[in-house]
Amino acid sequence: MSSARLQLPPRIVEGDVFKLRLLVNHPMDSGFLRDIDGVLIKRNVIRQLSCTLNNQEVFRAEPTTGIAANPLFEFYLRAVKSGELYFRWVDDKANIGEMRHPLVVQLANSSSSPKP
Amino acid sequence: MKSLLLWSLAMGLMWSNVSAQQRHIPLDQLQSGLAFSSPEVRGLQLDDDFASPSAHAIDKGAQLWKQVTGSNNKSCASCHGEANDSMKGAATRYPAIDKATGKLFNLEDRIRNCRSKQQKASNWPLESDELLAITLHVTGASKGMPILVSIDGPAKKHFEAGQKLYMARQGQMNLSCTQCHDQHYGQRLYNDKLSQGHPNGYPIFRLDWQYMASLERRLRFCYASVKAEVPPWGHQDMRNLNLYLMWRAQGLPIEVPAVRK
Repeated sequence: MSSARLQLPPRIVEGDVFKLRLLVNHPMDSGFLRDIDGVLIKRNVIRQLSCTLNNQEVFRAEPTTGIAANPLFEFYLRAVKSGELYFRWVDDKANIGEMRHPLVVQLANSSSSPKP
Repeated sequence: MKSLLLWSLAMGLMWSNVSAQQRHIPLDQLQSGLAFSSPEVRGLQLDDDFASPSAHAIDKGAQLWKQVTGSNNKSCASCHGEANDSMKGAATRYPAIDKATGKLFNLEDRIRNCRSKQQKASNWPLESDELLAITLHVTGASKGMPILVSIDGPAKKHFEAGQKLYMARQGQMNLSCTQCHDQHYGQRLYNDKLSQGHPNGYPIFRLDWQYMASLERRLRFCYASVKAEVPPWGHQDMRNLNLYLMWRAQGLPIEVPAVRK
């Protein structure tokens, strides 16, 4: 139920501002739609989604019914050092989704000659 | 004698051209539903596979393909290997006649049949997450390939029944499919552009429903929209109509995962 996909740039260098894209698999039932049998589907949306990097919160969103199913969260971080990204989201049914992903930050290449 | 020969020749030509003459939209003017979508929706479909709302169904389909199940302890992959090779072009040929039963099978029927006969597993209900995902996986192997269904032999009667349905006015609105999708495509219906009604993107993700949907569900919605009586799930009419629609879309590339409003 609570699976997600994460997209990061293939190479992240120290000091870079890089884009994270997180696609969460969630129905985001607004409470206004009916299923194929015509029965009203109870509201169930992600209430809160947060991202921490090395236990420090770096992003938080509190979506409501206006957000479509399988929401895509896109935000930017500055690469300081490597660590672990941890995503966690909670919906109306109190289901908790989690995802961990290593963040590898490469040191700025000091051996390359400075630009003329 | 000569006139008889000419007559039979003319008849022969007529018969062979019968399908060409029945086309309301010439083959070179066919346009996928994508062409009638708004730029935002088109962007969702074309941007990249990552952000597509059907991305999870794609993942799930690939996973189900490899999942061993049923009393025969087989996965789809046990017999068919990689779907990208073995299922290449399969979706362009369905609905097709099943040789064993003589029935007209759409792709979902074929998958369900394989699941119960070969895997001996409990079947997925129509329109279930699993069935939609695996159908998407199989259809994905034909991405970009042109549609070409057979309407000869035993399929002919289904084709004709489908065509009749397509042309028939029905429901309280007294509308037929052809009135919107052959005669008025490109014009606006409320806030939407009427498409030519081609089935080349199914299963689709429909933003309206916030979910993946099969062609059957879409057709049921069309029935409901013209206030016609919606046939029960799995009805033969839907298969026949599906065959006619696929023939009508001959040559259009399969475009999955499609996103529609």
